[in-house]
Amino acid sequence: MTLAQPQPSELNFDCETGNYHTFCPISCVAWLYQKIEDSFFLVIGTKTCGYFLQNAMGVMIFAEPRYAMAELEEGDISAKLNDYEELKRLCLQIKRDRNPSVIVWIGTCTTEIIKMDLEGLAPRLEAEIGIPIVTARANGLDYAFTQGEDTVLAAMAHKCPNQAPQAEKDERNAIAKLINFGKKKEENSEYIDHPPLVLFGSLPDPVVTNLTLELKKQGIKVSGWLPSKRFTELPVIEEGYYVCGVNPFLSRTATTLMRRRKCKLINAPFPIGPDGTRAWLEKICSVFGIEPKGLEERETKIWQNLEDYIQLIRGKSVFFMGDNLLEISLARFLIRCGMTCPEIGIPYMDKRYQKAELALLEKTCKEMGVPLPNIVEKPDNYHQIQRIQALKPDLVITGMAHANPLEARGINTKWSVEFTFAQIHGFTNARDILELATRPMRRNNNLKDLGWDKLVKEEVQA
Amino acid sequence: MKLAYWMYAAPAHIGTLRIASSFKNVHAIMHAPLGDDYFNVMRSMLERERNFTPVTASVVDRKVLARGSQEKVVDNITRKDKEEKPDLIILTPTCTSSILQEDLQNFVERATMDTSSDVLLADVNHYRVNELQAADRTLNQIVEFYLNKARKQGKLAENKTKIPSVNIIGISTLGFHNNHDCTELKKLMAELGIQVNQVIPQGASVHNLKNLPSAWFNIIPYRELGLMTAKYLEAEFNMPYIDITPMGVVETASFIRRIQAIINSQGGDVNYEEYIDNQTLYVSQAAWFSRSIDCQNLTGKKAVVFGDNTHAAAMTKILAREMGIHVVLAGTYCKYDADWFKTQVKDYCDDILISDDNAAIADVIARLEPAAIFGTQMERHVGKRLNIPCGVIAAPIHIQNFPIGYKPFLGYEGTNQIADLVYNSFTLGMEDHLLEIFGGHDTKEVITKGVSADSDLNWEPAAQAELNKIPGFVRGKVKRNTEKFARERGFSKISLEVMYAAKESVGA
Repeated sequence: MTLAQPQPSELNFDCETGNYHTFCPISCVAWLYQKIEDSFFLVIGTKTCGYFLQNAMGVMIFAEPRYAMAELEEGDISAKLNDYEELKRLCLQIKRDRNPSVIVWIGTCTTEIIKMDLEGLAPRLEAEIGIPIVTARANGLDYAFTQGEDTVLAAMAHKCPNQAPQAEKDERNAIAKLINFGKKKEENSEYIDHPPLVLFGSLPDPVVTNLTLELKKQGIKVSGWLPSKRFTELPVIEEGYYVCGVNPFLSRTATTLMRRRKCKLINAPFPIGPDGTRAWLEKICSVFGIEPKGLEERETKIWQNLEDYIQLIRGKSVFFMGDNLLEISLARFLIRCGMTCPEIGIPYMDKRYQKAELALLEKTCKEMGVPLPNIVEKPDNYHQIQRIQALKPDLVITGMAHANPLEARGINTKWSVEFTFAQIHGFTNARDILELATRPMRRNNNLKDLGWDKLVKEEVQA
Repeated sequence: MKLAYWMYAAPAHIGTLRIASSFKNVHAIMHAPLGDDYFNVMRSMLERERNFTPVTASVVDRKVLARGSQEKVVDNITRKDKEEKPDLIILTPTCTSSILQEDLQNFVERATMDTSSDVLLADVNHYRVNELQAADRTLNQIVEFYLNKARKQGKLAENKTKIPSVNIIGISTLGFHNNHDCTELKKLMAELGIQVNQVIPQGASVHNLKNLPSAWFNIIPYRELGLMTAKYLEAEFNMPYIDITPMGVVETASFIRRIQAIINSQGGDVNYEEYIDNQTLYVSQAAWFSRSIDCQNLTGKKAVVFGDNTHAAAMTKILAREMGIHVVLAGTYCKYDADWFKTQVKDYCDDILISDDNAAIADVIARLEPAAIFGTQMERHVGKRLNIPCGVIAAPIHIQNFPIGYKPFLGYEGTNQIADLVYNSFTLGMEDHLLEIFGGHDTKEVITKGVSADSDLNWEPAAQAELNKIPGFVRGKVKRNTEKFARERGFSKISLEVMYAAKESVGA
């Protein structure tokens, strides 16, 4: 990885063996099918993929989800069956039963290994059955957990319309504006005149509304959001539009928007925590030459409201084992809350896409007077557990495979996946992050003095 | 290709991993891409396991596709050997390694030269067998390997124990109520004066497998797991086995009678009739329950049973034979062993369904409209949708099916547990039905929420829409707190901004 930074960073980056636990990237269907209401996700894989989804998504599977497995059988692997015909049969069935506006094919490890040409088959089938097909290769050979969303959004970026439909064009026209005088004008006057801005990253609707409102307060209009609530409402993306990411794992989407759709990327820290949200807003404002209003007071006020939670973690240490790529942003926020962080494990580190976030992390550490964390890409869980046992951090943010065993050894843990599904973006949700992060501490306060910290017998090990 | 939303039996490697992690000091290395180690999450969550699950992955990534995974697999095996010093390392193929067709056996042989652990390649094919078949095979493979090894070293136990003894085969991690069943079986054996020689695989050490032949006989409590091993031990060491599941009063009695016959045929002299009588009539409550008027009220009620072979067959017989319930349909997802199931239940139900398609089962349940269902977690959800109560009797299961309290399904205490399960399912259904007839609870009207439901505050449409997006169970709280916040600050209208301000300020 080449560093595209002007001055060398003081942050230390390591890379281990990649023997770590994370969710398979196909898990992105679980939140994306809920986000994109008229979609259907078809995961083309084996029983292994299906088993993971049905268990990882827990009870959601019973809510008649708009996703299914195209389960490959031995005949598919040995090419006794024709891929095109098989997929056609299944997609027609989906069309008949669910009538979605888009079918998203999720390629898996198996389709990669047997080299099933999904990208080639999709346009043909699309034309034949009359439903758009988006192909995303969200497989465990190449990606981890949240990167699945990145592959889907990168594929979807190609499907965004090139130009606004005529009606909308007219509205932007000056004369039309005059005719529409009154309500329309009033609405537009709330915004400062700036080039169109499209945000990317899948967030729950309440968070979308919230972040859109925050930008509105600065006079910035969000022209669209990738993804939208419906596939049929994907935003218009024209050459020269500005785009900005809301999540740290969207580097492929960012690259696609820049290279293929000729957009300008606003490289900002991510709106996670009040510090991140303010920096995100300020960066967008600065790109459009807007003087941000009232952000400092706003941030200060949010911090004041968080004080009761911060007291529980101030001065304590947090160790990220790494599995969802939110780690840098979360660590930066928790360090700002007064924690120290010896290690940030992360599956994949895109130093260019996360450049502003990394700079804010470094700045935060300096301002808080704490040592810079060691950033470990592709961590090795076995080595990490040895480091955890040596360091005895106050909190380990980790996957469920390690959480109970660590708790039994007296180490506090927080399940990392909850940060992916909880609402953590914007000023408003900073409390929710701390609600999660402080939960083991609050639990401990309730159970202290019981002497039940270590619940495993001393291991006899060489 | 098959369009599938849900599956009853897991892929093959899960079966192998269940066996490996049931043994003590056995480590499994999966040849799999990143993310396939989800087994560790399940074990840690469902079993609330305190120890790290002894399963790691030798990760298959792009580089492996380009030049093969030979070095990586061998390195990972030797590394794990040094780190954890397991007795045995099992290299576990997955769907991915099935299609890569690398010579994993060769890697195992190469690695064995540098390890102090034994190394085995699990002999399972993803596309041919499922979780249950794979578990059965892997257990047999390990037992065979260690008995052959012991024989070569001349360490094989040849002599039978002095008093009658038994091996309990098939208790494993993530099995439905397996640990409770094991405790109950050990208790039963103790009461019959039988020594438990070994329990495998749960908690067993591979070093002790050489002593398996000193037991007088083997018991296989579950149809799905252990039969291969029992047949191997029978062929090799002439050890008789019992494949009756002691689930329900009648089956438990025939299970015990079979033990009696086996012991007596090997020169023992036992008579368990009095024990069976005493347990049946006075200790277990199930026989008395079936006589009581509670159970009389269940006579002829319709039930559907679905699950794995063991539990669905036993449950069908209990319902029909011991409680007088009308089983309209009994089914199993163990398609590979369907004939056995049919012979077991054909006299106790109207119809038999062999399928692993959850939609097909849901449709049949909807059509039959039973008064209760006994099935897996999937049938429980079908029941929820159709408003039919469901007792869970088989995997696939959720965390609530790994109770901390003592809840065996086997043996005499098991019969009590099952009676409760059946009775509670039906009564709940009846209660529900009565409530519907009489228009719900009569206390409905007096329940108030403390804050008046009609508020003086005006919700803007956008804010109202936002409120409606909040999940139902917290919406009321958010609404009340937001209105309280707005009142305190003198807002007459609730806009989106007010809503978020309220959330920031009071966490509404």
